[in-house]
Amino acid sequence: MNTLRQVGRRDALRGVAALAASLALPSITHAQPAARVIVVGGGFGGAACARALKRIDAKLAVTLIEPNKTFTACPFSNEVIAGLRNIEAQQFGYGKLAAEGIDIVAQAVKAIDPQRRAVMLADGTSLSYDRLVLAPGIELRFDALPGYDESAAQKMPHAWQAGEQTLLLRRQIEAMEDGGLVAIAVPANPLRCPPAPYERASLIAHYLKSRKPRSKVLILDAKDNFSQQRLFEKAWNELYDGIIERIALSDGGRVTSVDASTNTIITEFGDHIAAVANIIPPQRAGRIAAIAGAADKTGWCPIDPVTFASKLLPDVHVIGDACLGGAIPKSASAASAQGKACARAIFDLLSGKAPETPKLSGICYDTVAPGYAFSLAGLYQSKDDIFAEVEGGGSSAVDAPREVRAREAEAARNWYTTITEETFG
Amino acid sequence: MASALINVPKRAKRGDIIEIRALTSHIMETGYRRKASGEIVPRDIITSFTCRFNGQEIFRADLFPAIAANPYFSFFTTARESGRFEFEWTGDNGFSQTASAAITVE
Repeated sequence: MNTLRQVGRRDALRGVAALAASLALPSITHAQPAARVIVVGGGFGGAACARALKRIDAKLAVTLIEPNKTFTACPFSNEVIAGLRNIEAQQFGYGKLAAEGIDIVAQAVKAIDPQRRAVMLADGTSLSYDRLVLAPGIELRFDALPGYDESAAQKMPHAWQAGEQTLLLRRQIEAMEDGGLVAIAVPANPLRCPPAPYERASLIAHYLKSRKPRSKVLILDAKDNFSQQRLFEKAWNELYDGIIERIALSDGGRVTSVDASTNTIITEFGDHIAAVANIIPPQRAGRIAAIAGAADKTGWCPIDPVTFASKLLPDVHVIGDACLGGAIPKSASAASAQGKACARAIFDLLSGKAPETPKLSGICYDTVAPGYAFSLAGLYQSKDDIFAEVEGGGSSAVDAPREVRAREAEAARNWYTTITEETFG
Repeated sequence: MASALINVPKRAKRGDIIEIRALTSHIMETGYRRKASGEIVPRDIITSFTCRFNGQEIFRADLFPAIAANPYFSFFTTARESGRFEFEWTGDNGFSQTASAAITVE
Protein backbone atom coordinates (compact mmCIF):
# COMPACT_ATOMS: atom_id res chain seq x y z
CA MET A 1 0.00 0.00 0.00
CA ASN A 2 2.73 2.35 0.88
CA THR A 3 5.47 0.64 -0.99
CA LEU A 4 8.56 2.18 -2.39
CA ARG A 5 9.45 0.89 -5.78
CA GLN A 6 12.98 1.19 -7.07
CA VAL A 7 13.04 1.30 -10.82
CA GLY A 8 15.86 -0.29 -12.76
CA ARG A 9 16.44 2.69 -14.99
CA ARG A 10 19.16 5.09 -13.94
CA ASP A 11 19.44 8.75 -14.49
CA ALA A 12 22.95 8.48 -15.91
CA LEU A 13 23.98 12.10 -15.74
CA ARG A 14 22.72 12.61 -12.22
CA GLY A 15 24.25 9.30 -11.16
CA VAL A 16 27.67 10.33 -12.37
CA ALA A 17 27.44 13.70 -10.65
CA ALA A 18 26.38 12.08 -7.39
CA LEU A 19 29.13 9.49 -7.66
CA ALA A 20 31.72 12.19 -8.19
CA ALA A 21 30.38 14.03 -5.16
CA SER A 22 30.57 10.93 -2.99
CA LEU A 23 34.11 10.09 -4.10
CA ALA A 24 35.14 13.59 -3.21
CA LEU A 25 34.35 12.89 0.44
CA PRO A 26 37.61 12.25 2.24
CA SER A 27 36.90 9.43 4.63
CA ILE A 28 34.05 7.23 3.49
CA THR A 29 34.78 4.01 1.68
CA HIS A 30 33.94 0.37 2.23
CA ALA A 31 37.05 -0.35 4.27
CA GLN A 32 36.49 2.40 6.82
CA PRO A 33 34.75 1.91 10.19
CA ALA A 34 30.96 1.91 10.15
CA ALA A 35 29.57 5.13 8.74
CA ARG A 36 27.51 7.24 11.12
CA VAL A 37 24.09 8.44 10.04
CA ILE A 38 22.03 10.70 12.27
CA VAL A 39 18.31 11.13 11.67
CA VAL A 40 16.67 14.12 13.35
CA GLY A 41 12.92 13.73 13.87
CA GLY A 42 11.01 10.56 14.72
CA GLY A 43 7.83 10.90 12.67
CA PHE A 44 6.74 8.75 9.74
CA GLY A 45 9.65 9.96 7.56
CA GLY A 46 12.49 9.93 10.10
CA ALA A 47 11.56 6.66 11.81
CA ALA A 48 11.09 4.89 8.46
CA CYS A 49 14.46 6.20 7.28
CA ALA A 50 16.32 5.13 10.44
CA ARG A 51 14.77 1.69 10.27
CA ALA A 52 15.49 1.26 6.55
CA LEU A 53 19.13 2.32 7.02
CA LYS A 54 19.68 -0.31 9.69
CA ARG A 55 17.93 -2.98 7.63
CA ILE A 56 19.91 -2.19 4.47
CA ASP A 57 23.21 -2.34 6.33
CA ALA A 58 23.29 -3.55 9.93
CA LYS A 59 26.84 -2.18 10.28
CA LEU A 60 25.72 1.43 9.88
CA ALA A 61 25.71 3.40 13.13
CA VAL A 62 22.22 4.91 13.06
CA THR A 63 21.07 7.47 15.62
CA LEU A 64 17.54 8.83 15.82
CA ILE A 65 17.21 12.13 17.69
CA GLU A 66 13.67 12.85 18.87
CA PRO A 67 12.81 14.78 22.03
CA ASN A 68 9.36 13.20 22.48
CA LYS A 69 9.29 9.74 23.98
CA THR A 70 5.86 9.15 22.45
CA PHE A 71 4.91 9.97 18.88
CA THR A 72 1.33 11.06 18.23
CA ALA A 73 0.27 10.37 14.64
CA CYS A 74 -1.77 12.85 12.61
CA PRO A 75 -3.51 10.43 10.22
CA PHE A 76 -6.85 9.46 11.80
CA SER A 77 -6.53 12.19 14.44
CA ASN A 78 -9.59 13.87 12.91
CA GLU A 79 -11.53 10.87 14.26
CA VAL A 80 -10.21 11.70 17.73
CA ILE A 81 -11.55 15.25 17.36
CA ALA A 82 -14.96 13.87 16.35
CA GLY A 83 -15.03 11.51 19.35
CA LEU A 84 -14.81 8.37 17.20
CA ARG A 85 -11.40 7.27 18.46
CA ASN A 86 -9.14 7.60 21.48
CA ILE A 87 -5.83 9.46 21.29
CA GLU A 88 -4.03 6.34 22.54
CA ALA A 89 -4.70 4.72 19.15
CA GLN A 90 -2.52 7.48 17.68
CA GLN A 91 0.46 6.99 19.99
CA PHE A 92 3.62 5.00 19.43
CA GLY A 93 7.00 4.58 21.14
CA TYR A 94 10.50 3.93 19.85
CA GLY A 95 11.21 0.71 21.77
CA LYS A 96 11.16 -1.53 18.70
CA LEU A 97 13.57 0.76 16.85
CA ALA A 98 15.96 0.68 19.80
CA ALA A 99 15.73 -3.13 19.86
CA GLU A 100 16.91 -3.18 16.24
CA GLY A 101 20.09 -1.37 17.20
CA ILE A 102 19.06 2.19 16.43
CA ASP A 103 20.43 4.57 19.02
CA ILE A 104 17.48 6.66 20.26
CA VAL A 105 18.46 10.02 21.72
CA ALA A 106 15.51 11.70 23.47
CA GLN A 107 16.74 15.27 23.22
CA ALA A 108 16.12 18.47 21.34
CA VAL A 109 18.67 19.63 18.79
CA LYS A 110 20.16 23.01 19.65
CA ALA A 111 22.42 23.57 16.67
CA ILE A 112 23.88 21.89 13.61
CA ASP A 113 27.37 22.55 12.25
CA PRO A 114 27.44 21.24 8.68
CA GLN A 115 31.14 22.10 8.25
CA ARG A 116 32.24 19.99 11.22
CA ARG A 117 29.39 17.52 10.55
CA ALA A 118 28.15 17.76 14.11
CA VAL A 119 24.79 17.99 15.86
CA MET A 120 24.71 19.87 19.18
CA LEU A 121 22.09 18.74 21.67
CA ALA A 122 20.21 20.62 24.38
CA ASP A 123 22.30 19.01 27.14
CA GLY A 124 25.50 20.36 25.59
CA THR A 125 26.75 17.12 24.07
CA SER A 126 27.68 16.91 20.44
CA LEU A 127 27.29 14.02 17.98
CA SER A 128 29.18 13.75 14.71
CA TYR A 129 27.93 12.21 11.48
CA ASP A 130 28.92 11.23 7.97
CA ARG A 131 25.41 11.84 6.71
CA LEU A 132 22.61 13.74 8.41
CA VAL A 133 18.91 13.28 7.65
CA LEU A 134 16.53 16.03 8.72
CA ALA A 135 12.90 14.98 9.12
CA PRO A 136 11.57 17.83 11.27
CA GLY A 137 8.04 17.93 9.90
CA ILE A 138 6.33 21.30 10.05
CA GLU A 139 6.39 24.32 12.28
CA LEU A 140 3.24 26.39 12.58
CA ARG A 141 3.88 30.00 11.72
CA PHE A 142 2.78 32.11 14.66
CA ASP A 143 4.05 35.20 12.83
CA ALA A 144 1.90 34.84 9.71
CA LEU A 145 -1.68 35.50 10.81
CA PRO A 146 -2.19 38.69 12.86
CA GLY A 147 -3.67 37.83 16.26
CA TYR A 148 -2.71 34.16 16.06
CA ASP A 149 0.20 33.31 18.32
CA GLU A 150 0.94 30.46 20.70
CA SER A 151 -1.32 31.83 23.42
CA ALA A 152 -4.19 32.38 20.95
CA ALA A 153 -3.77 28.70 19.97
CA GLN A 154 -4.79 27.75 23.53
CA LYS A 155 -8.17 29.39 22.86
CA MET A 156 -8.46 28.77 19.11
CA PRO A 157 -6.72 25.42 18.59
CA HIS A 158 -4.94 24.53 15.37
CA ALA A 159 -4.86 20.77 16.10
CA TRP A 160 -2.44 20.52 13.18
CA GLN A 161 0.19 18.70 15.21
CA ALA A 162 -1.51 15.80 16.92
CA GLY A 163 -1.53 15.60 20.70
CA GLU A 164 -2.81 18.09 23.28
CA GLN A 165 -4.16 20.37 20.55
CA THR A 166 -6.24 17.50 19.14
CA LEU A 167 -7.78 16.91 22.56
CA LEU A 168 -8.36 20.62 23.15
CA LEU A 169 -10.39 20.93 19.95
CA ARG A 170 -12.33 17.78 20.86
CA ARG A 171 -13.17 19.13 24.34
CA GLN A 172 -14.31 22.46 22.90
CA ILE A 173 -16.66 20.73 20.44
CA GLU A 174 -17.99 18.45 23.19
CA ALA A 175 -18.61 21.43 25.47
CA MET A 176 -20.28 23.55 22.78
CA GLU A 177 -24.01 24.13 23.09
CA ASP A 178 -26.35 22.96 20.36
CA GLY A 179 -26.69 25.68 17.73
CA GLY A 180 -23.05 26.72 17.93
CA LEU A 181 -20.81 27.44 14.97
CA VAL A 182 -17.58 25.51 14.46
CA ALA A 183 -15.35 27.51 12.09
CA ILE A 184 -12.28 26.05 10.40
CA ALA A 185 -9.75 28.49 8.90
CA VAL A 186 -7.74 26.90 6.07
CA PRO A 187 -4.49 28.46 4.79
CA ALA A 188 -3.21 28.59 1.21
CA ASN A 189 -0.89 25.85 -0.08
CA PRO A 190 1.55 24.44 0.84
CA LEU A 191 0.24 22.79 3.96
CA ARG A 192 0.58 19.47 5.71
CA CYS A 193 -1.97 16.97 4.42
CA PRO A 194 -3.93 19.16 1.96
CA PRO A 195 -7.31 17.34 2.14
CA ALA A 196 -7.29 17.03 5.95
CA PRO A 197 -9.22 20.26 6.71
CA TYR A 198 -12.14 18.92 4.67
CA GLU A 199 -12.00 15.51 6.28
CA ARG A 200 -12.03 17.30 9.63
CA ALA A 201 -15.07 19.39 8.64
CA SER A 202 -16.83 16.17 7.56
CA LEU A 203 -16.16 14.27 10.77
CA ILE A 204 -17.08 17.22 12.98
CA ALA A 205 -20.34 17.48 10.98
CA HIS A 206 -20.89 13.77 11.63
CA TYR A 207 -20.61 14.39 15.37
CA LEU A 208 -22.86 17.48 15.27
CA LYS A 209 -25.53 15.77 13.15
CA SER A 210 -26.31 13.25 15.88
CA ARG A 211 -25.41 15.21 19.02
CA LYS A 212 -26.00 18.89 18.25
CA PRO A 213 -28.20 18.97 15.16
CA ARG A 214 -28.75 22.75 15.13
CA SER A 215 -24.99 23.41 14.92
CA LYS A 216 -23.01 24.16 11.77
CA VAL A 217 -19.49 23.88 10.38
CA LEU A 218 -18.12 26.84 8.43
CA ILE A 219 -14.93 26.47 6.36
CA LEU A 220 -13.14 29.76 5.69
CA ASP A 221 -10.75 28.92 2.90
CA ALA A 222 -7.76 30.74 1.39
CA LYS A 223 -8.07 28.43 -1.63
CA ASP A 224 -10.62 28.21 -4.41
CA ASN A 225 -10.02 24.55 -5.18
CA PHE A 226 -8.87 21.72 -2.99
CA SER A 227 -7.76 18.11 -3.13
CA GLN A 228 -10.57 15.60 -3.76
CA GLN A 229 -13.07 18.47 -3.95
CA ARG A 230 -15.71 16.70 -6.05
CA LEU A 231 -15.69 13.67 -3.77
CA PHE A 232 -15.98 15.80 -0.65
CA GLU A 233 -18.74 17.97 -2.08
CA LYS A 234 -20.72 14.92 -3.16
CA ALA A 235 -20.37 13.43 0.32
CA TRP A 236 -21.43 16.71 1.94
CA ASN A 237 -24.55 16.81 -0.25
CA GLU A 238 -25.37 13.23 0.67
CA LEU A 239 -24.59 13.34 4.38
CA TYR A 240 -24.26 16.90 5.66
CA ASP A 241 -26.61 19.06 3.61
CA GLY A 242 -27.12 22.34 5.46
CA ILE A 243 -24.50 21.49 8.09
CA ILE A 244 -21.26 22.29 6.23
CA GLU A 245 -20.81 25.65 4.51
CA ARG A 246 -17.61 26.68 2.75
CA ILE A 247 -16.56 30.19 1.77
CA ALA A 248 -13.82 29.92 -0.86
CA LEU A 249 -11.08 32.45 -1.63
CA SER A 250 -13.05 34.11 -4.43
CA ASP A 251 -16.09 34.36 -2.17
CA GLY A 252 -14.01 36.24 0.39
CA GLY A 253 -13.04 33.26 2.55
CA ARG A 254 -9.37 34.08 3.15
CA VAL A 255 -8.74 34.76 6.84
CA THR A 256 -6.66 37.90 7.40
CA SER A 257 -6.59 38.06 11.21
CA VAL A 258 -8.18 36.63 14.34
CA ASP A 259 -9.18 38.01 17.73
CA ALA A 260 -8.85 35.28 20.34
CA SER A 261 -10.49 37.41 23.08
CA THR A 262 -13.83 37.31 21.22
CA ASN A 263 -13.31 34.15 19.11
CA THR A 264 -13.67 36.33 16.02
CA ILE A 265 -12.25 35.33 12.65
CA ILE A 266 -11.76 38.23 10.25
CA THR A 267 -11.75 37.54 6.51
CA GLU A 268 -11.12 39.90 3.62
CA PHE A 269 -14.85 40.56 3.34
CA GLY A 270 -16.41 39.92 6.71
CA ASP A 271 -16.17 38.83 10.36
CA HIS A 272 -17.33 35.52 11.82
CA ILE A 273 -17.79 34.83 15.53
CA ALA A 274 -17.42 31.12 16.22
CA ALA A 275 -18.34 29.05 19.26
CA VAL A 276 -15.34 26.89 18.36
CA ALA A 277 -12.61 28.35 16.15
CA ASN A 278 -10.13 25.90 14.63
CA ILE A 279 -7.41 28.04 13.08
CA ILE A 280 -4.97 26.22 10.82
CA PRO A 281 -2.19 28.77 10.30
CA PRO A 282 0.36 28.88 7.46
CA GLN A 283 3.29 26.53 7.96
CA ARG A 284 6.98 26.11 7.22
CA ALA A 285 9.61 23.40 7.64
CA GLY A 286 10.17 22.30 11.25
CA ARG A 287 12.38 24.42 13.50
CA ILE A 288 15.52 22.33 12.93
CA ALA A 289 15.51 23.12 9.21
CA ALA A 290 15.96 26.82 9.83
CA ILE A 291 18.54 26.24 12.61
CA ALA A 292 20.58 24.07 10.26
CA GLY A 293 20.26 26.50 7.35
CA ALA A 294 18.52 23.90 5.17
CA ALA A 295 15.43 26.06 4.51
CA ASP A 296 15.30 28.72 1.81
CA LYS A 297 13.25 31.91 1.75
CA THR A 298 10.05 29.92 1.15
CA GLY A 299 10.52 28.41 4.62
CA TRP A 300 10.90 24.91 3.10
CA CYS A 301 13.99 22.88 2.16
CA PRO A 302 15.12 22.52 -1.46
CA ILE A 303 16.41 19.01 -2.24
CA ASP A 304 17.81 16.89 -5.02
CA PRO A 305 14.89 14.63 -6.02
CA VAL A 306 17.09 11.56 -6.46
CA THR A 307 19.00 11.52 -3.17
CA PHE A 308 17.00 14.01 -1.03
CA ALA A 309 20.34 15.81 -0.54
CA SER A 310 19.90 19.39 0.61
CA LYS A 311 20.71 21.93 -2.08
CA LEU A 312 21.99 24.28 0.61
CA LEU A 313 24.09 22.06 2.90
CA PRO A 314 26.64 19.30 2.20
CA ASP A 315 26.09 15.79 3.61
CA VAL A 316 22.56 16.70 4.72
CA HIS A 317 19.35 15.14 3.41
CA VAL A 318 15.83 16.43 4.04
CA ILE A 319 12.71 14.26 3.87
CA GLY A 320 9.01 14.46 4.67
CA ASP A 321 6.83 17.53 5.13
CA ALA A 322 9.88 19.81 5.49
CA CYS A 323 11.22 19.37 1.97
CA LEU A 324 10.18 21.05 -1.24
CA GLY A 325 8.83 17.85 -2.74
CA GLY A 326 7.33 19.22 -5.94
CA ALA A 327 4.12 17.33 -6.65
CA ILE A 328 4.46 15.05 -3.62
CA PRO A 329 1.89 15.94 -0.97
CA LYS A 330 3.00 16.48 2.62
CA SER A 331 1.56 13.25 3.99
CA ALA A 332 2.59 10.40 6.27
CA SER A 333 2.56 7.97 3.38
CA ALA A 334 4.81 10.15 1.21
CA ALA A 335 7.16 10.86 4.13
CA SER A 336 7.54 7.15 4.78
CA ALA A 337 8.29 6.45 1.10
CA GLN A 338 10.81 9.31 1.08
CA GLY A 339 12.47 8.00 4.26
CA LYS A 340 13.01 4.59 2.71
CA ALA A 341 14.23 5.97 -0.64
CA CYS A 342 16.58 8.35 1.18
CA ALA A 343 18.01 5.46 3.21
CA ARG A 344 18.76 3.59 -0.02
CA ALA A 345 20.40 6.68 -1.57
CA ILE A 346 22.55 7.25 1.52
CA PHE A 347 23.68 3.63 1.50
CA ASP A 348 24.60 3.93 -2.19
CA LEU A 349 26.46 7.19 -1.67
CA LEU A 350 28.37 5.80 1.32
CA SER A 351 29.32 2.70 -0.70
CA GLY A 352 30.47 4.77 -3.65
CA LYS A 353 27.62 3.64 -5.89
CA ALA A 354 25.48 5.85 -8.08
CA PRO A 355 22.05 6.21 -6.46
CA GLU A 356 19.08 5.04 -8.48
CA THR A 357 16.26 7.38 -9.31
CA PRO A 358 13.46 6.46 -6.92
CA LYS A 359 9.83 6.16 -7.87
CA LEU A 360 7.75 7.04 -4.86
CA SER A 361 4.18 6.17 -4.14
CA GLY A 362 1.87 7.90 -1.73
CA ILE A 363 -1.71 7.25 -0.76
CA CYS A 364 -4.12 9.40 1.12
CA TYR A 365 -7.45 8.25 2.54
CA ASP A 366 -10.20 10.65 3.50
CA THR A 367 -12.90 9.44 5.83
CA VAL A 368 -16.04 11.59 5.83
CA ALA A 369 -18.13 9.35 8.10
CA PRO A 370 -17.76 5.92 9.67
CA GLY A 371 -17.85 3.47 6.76
CA TYR A 372 -17.50 6.19 4.11
CA ALA A 373 -14.04 6.95 2.72
CA PHE A 374 -12.26 7.64 -0.55
CA SER A 375 -8.64 7.81 -1.59
CA LEU A 376 -6.04 9.38 -3.81
CA ALA A 377 -2.96 7.41 -4.83
CA GLY A 378 -0.04 9.03 -6.58
CA LEU A 379 3.26 7.97 -8.13
CA TYR A 380 6.12 10.45 -8.23
CA GLN A 381 9.48 10.57 -9.93
CA SER A 382 12.14 13.22 -10.42
CA LYS A 383 11.73 15.32 -13.54
CA ASP A 384 13.61 18.53 -14.28
CA ASP A 385 15.13 18.59 -10.80
CA ILE A 386 11.85 18.24 -8.93
CA PHE A 387 9.40 15.47 -8.10
CA ALA A 388 6.57 15.28 -10.62
CA GLU A 389 3.50 13.11 -10.64
CA VAL A 390 3.74 10.27 -13.17
CA GLU A 391 1.17 7.91 -14.70
CA GLY A 392 -0.17 5.18 -12.51
CA GLY A 393 -1.91 6.97 -9.67
CA GLY A 394 -5.62 7.31 -9.29
CA SER A 395 -8.49 8.73 -7.33
CA SER A 396 -11.70 7.05 -6.19
CA ALA A 397 -14.52 7.43 -8.70
CA VAL A 398 -16.93 10.25 -7.90
CA ASP A 399 -19.93 8.09 -8.79
CA ALA A 400 -18.88 4.94 -6.93
CA PRO A 401 -21.64 3.24 -4.91
CA ARG A 402 -21.67 3.26 -1.11
CA GLU A 403 -20.30 -0.31 -0.91
CA VAL A 404 -17.10 1.02 -2.49
CA ARG A 405 -16.92 3.84 0.05
CA ALA A 406 -17.37 1.26 2.83
CA ARG A 407 -14.58 -0.89 1.42
CA GLU A 408 -12.31 2.14 1.20
CA ALA A 409 -13.07 2.94 4.84
CA GLU A 410 -11.89 -0.56 5.71
CA ALA A 411 -8.83 -0.12 3.47
CA ALA A 412 -8.04 3.16 5.26
CA ARG A 413 -7.96 1.35 8.62
CA ASN A 414 -5.77 -1.38 7.19
CA TRP A 415 -3.44 1.24 5.72
CA TYR A 416 -3.06 2.88 9.14
CA THR A 417 -2.34 -0.45 10.83
CA THR A 418 0.23 -1.28 8.16
CA ILE A 419 2.10 2.02 8.12
CA THR A 420 2.26 2.37 11.89
CA GLU A 421 3.33 -1.27 12.29
CA GLU A 422 5.94 -0.84 9.57
CA THR A 423 7.27 2.37 11.14
CA PHE A 424 7.05 1.74 14.88
CA GLY A 425 5.86 -1.84 15.46
CA MET B 1 -21.69 32.36 -4.94
CA ALA B 2 -21.47 36.07 -4.29
CA SER B 3 -20.74 37.89 -7.54
CA ALA B 4 -19.26 41.08 -6.07
CA LEU B 5 -17.76 41.56 -2.63
CA ILE B 6 -16.71 44.87 -1.16
CA ASN B 7 -15.17 45.80 2.15
CA VAL B 8 -15.32 49.45 3.22
CA PRO B 9 -15.02 50.57 6.87
CA LYS B 10 -18.44 51.58 8.18
CA ARG B 11 -16.95 54.49 10.11
CA ALA B 12 -13.68 56.39 10.14
CA LYS B 13 -12.20 59.54 11.64
CA ARG B 14 -11.67 62.51 9.35
CA GLY B 15 -8.20 62.25 7.83
CA ASP B 16 -7.85 58.50 8.44
CA ILE B 17 -6.27 56.46 5.67
CA ILE B 18 -8.69 53.63 4.96
CA GLU B 19 -8.36 50.42 2.96
CA ILE B 20 -10.99 49.48 0.42
CA ARG B 21 -11.28 45.97 -1.01
CA ALA B 22 -13.32 44.78 -3.94
CA LEU B 23 -13.56 41.35 -5.51
CA THR B 24 -15.78 40.10 -8.28
CA SER B 25 -16.26 36.61 -9.60
CA HIS B 26 -15.24 36.42 -13.23
CA ILE B 27 -13.68 33.76 -15.43
CA MET B 28 -11.16 36.19 -17.09
CA GLU B 29 -10.83 33.98 -20.17
CA THR B 30 -7.73 35.22 -21.99
CA GLY B 31 -8.74 34.53 -25.59
CA TYR B 32 -5.47 32.69 -26.17
CA ARG B 33 -6.55 29.20 -25.18
CA ARG B 34 -7.77 26.60 -27.62
CA LYS B 35 -10.37 23.89 -27.22
CA ALA B 36 -9.48 20.26 -27.97
CA SER B 37 -10.98 20.83 -31.44
CA GLY B 38 -8.46 23.62 -32.10
CA GLU B 39 -10.91 26.52 -31.94
CA ILE B 40 -9.93 29.57 -29.90
CA VAL B 41 -11.87 29.99 -26.66
CA PRO B 42 -13.23 33.52 -27.13
CA ARG B 43 -11.89 36.25 -24.90
CA ASP B 44 -14.14 37.12 -21.97
CA ILE B 45 -12.56 39.49 -19.49
CA ILE B 46 -13.39 42.47 -17.32
CA THR B 47 -11.80 45.50 -18.97
CA SER B 48 -12.44 48.25 -16.44
CA PHE B 49 -12.93 48.76 -12.72
CA THR B 50 -13.94 52.11 -11.28
CA CYS B 51 -14.60 53.39 -7.77
CA ARG B 52 -16.44 56.70 -7.23
CA PHE B 53 -17.01 58.50 -3.96
CA ASN B 54 -20.04 60.81 -3.86
CA GLY B 55 -20.00 60.76 -7.66
CA GLN B 56 -16.34 61.60 -8.10
CA GLU B 57 -13.92 59.04 -9.47
CA ILE B 58 -11.22 58.14 -6.92
CA PHE B 59 -9.76 54.94 -8.39
CA ARG B 60 -9.75 53.29 -11.77
CA ALA B 61 -7.99 50.31 -13.31
CA ASP B 62 -7.87 48.88 -16.81
CA LEU B 63 -7.74 45.08 -16.86
CA PHE B 64 -6.01 42.88 -19.42
CA PRO B 65 -5.99 39.16 -20.30
CA ALA B 66 -3.02 38.40 -18.03
CA ILE B 67 -5.05 39.20 -14.92
CA ALA B 68 -6.26 36.08 -13.11
CA ALA B 69 -9.83 34.98 -12.58
CA ASN B 70 -11.86 36.69 -9.83
CA PRO B 71 -9.91 39.97 -9.83
CA TYR B 72 -9.29 41.37 -6.38
CA PHE B 73 -8.43 45.04 -5.76
CA SER B 74 -7.20 46.61 -2.59
CA PHE B 75 -6.44 50.32 -2.44
CA PHE B 76 -6.26 53.17 0.04
CA THR B 77 -7.92 56.55 0.27
CA THR B 78 -8.28 59.32 2.84
CA ALA B 79 -11.60 59.61 4.67
CA ARG B 80 -12.71 63.26 4.25
CA GLU B 81 -16.50 63.20 4.54
CA SER B 82 -19.42 60.87 4.97
CA GLY B 83 -20.86 59.46 1.79
CA ARG B 84 -21.18 56.54 -0.53
CA PHE B 85 -18.62 54.54 -2.51
CA GLU B 86 -19.85 53.16 -5.81
CA PHE B 87 -18.03 50.38 -7.62
CA GLU B 88 -18.42 49.43 -11.25
CA TRP B 89 -16.94 46.61 -13.29
CA THR B 90 -17.41 46.46 -17.08
CA GLY B 91 -16.09 44.03 -19.65
CA ASP B 92 -16.52 41.86 -22.71
CA ASN B 93 -19.92 40.63 -23.84
CA GLY B 94 -21.63 43.58 -22.16
CA PHE B 95 -20.49 42.52 -18.67
CA SER B 96 -21.54 45.05 -16.07
CA GLN B 97 -21.62 44.80 -12.31
CA THR B 98 -22.13 47.41 -9.62
CA ALA B 99 -21.96 47.59 -5.86
CA SER B 100 -21.96 50.34 -3.26
CA ALA B 101 -21.21 50.98 0.42
CA ALA B 102 -21.67 53.90 2.80
CA ILE B 103 -19.15 55.37 5.22
CA THR B 104 -19.70 57.69 8.16
CA VAL B 105 -16.80 60.08 8.78
CA GLU B 106 -16.71 61.66 12.22
